[in-house]
Amino acid sequence: MADATPAQRPRPLSPHLQIYKPQITSIMSILHRATGIALSVGLIVLAWWIAAAAGEAPYFDFVSAVLGSWIGVIALAGWSFCFFYHLLNGIRHLLWDAGWGFELPQVYASGRAVFVGAVVLTLAAIVIGATVW
Amino acid sequence: MSSKTKSLRTPLGRVRGLGAAKEGVQHWWAQRLTALAIIPLGLWFVGGVLAHLGADQASVQAWLAGPCTGTLAILLLVALFYHSSLGLQVVVEDYCHTEWLKIASLVVIKFAAFFLATLSIISVLKMMFGG
Ligand code: HEM
Repeated sequence: MADATPAQRPRPLSPHLQIYKPQITSIMSILHRATGIALSVGLIVLAWWIAAAAGEAPYFDFVSAVLGSWIGVIALAGWSFCFFYHLLNGIRHLLWDAGWGFELPQVYASGRAVFVGAVVLTLAAIVIGATVW
Repeated sequence: MSSKTKSLRTPLGRVRGLGAAKEGVQHWWAQRLTALAIIPLGLWFVGGVLAHLGADQASVQAWLAGPCTGTLAILLLVALFYHSSLGLQVVVEDYCHTEWLKIASLVVIKFAAFFLATLSIISVLKMMFGG
């Protein structure tokens, strides 16, 4: 530390997307971030829907119609997948924080479980939703 | 590193608040705590929304106006908007390296989260007490 200041010493490079090959682990990590951002956008719609539920009836019907349009349904199905993926992968994160599941085989197994679980839960939600609607 | 420039500030005064982690632990812990809360509350709410797809306003209000359901909904909303703003803050800090743009983005995120949280919580309260 005596002679070389941080600016002169070569700094380690972060694992750059164009240098490292995509792997399940890195894909799942970026998906957690992407779904977190998508869900945050979804919170705007959630607040809009709740405010409409507390407001005038005709306006609530308008919001219902927007969410029930085909664009609305596709968006809701997309947010369902984001929610279930982020939720299951979030549990995976919390288990890592607790010190569980750090061996590479476990990382791959839990990763696959998250993917399968998210797809199954999303399909279940779509089936239930289609039945109720 | 010997400091040759004269300064009236003590070494402690110079380093205070400059640690790499700053408020990191508090942020990290709140992100996990809100995540934990959203697991049961979020699943409950998604189930409730699925059951009310296409329902009219009166039945949605009847669902959320109860003392238990209203309370759970408000707790969920607090956890959701807190968790989301903490998460988006990390994303901005990771990718945004222009100081003024970073600060501006953080202000927008925090204000938006506070506004939407207040709007939706007041709406639930209105359904509970509005009659
Ligand atoms: C609609 C609900 C949710 C929204 C809007 C949301 C949003 C976000 C966002 C924006 C991030 C930051 C992503 C990043 O730094 O890469 C994040 C991180 C995180 N979320 Fe969520 N989230 C939601 C639900 C959940 C749930 C249910 C869990 C349950 C376990 C969870 C667990 C986590 C964890 C552990 C992190 C930190 C990940 C890390 O350190 O890299 N989230 N969330």
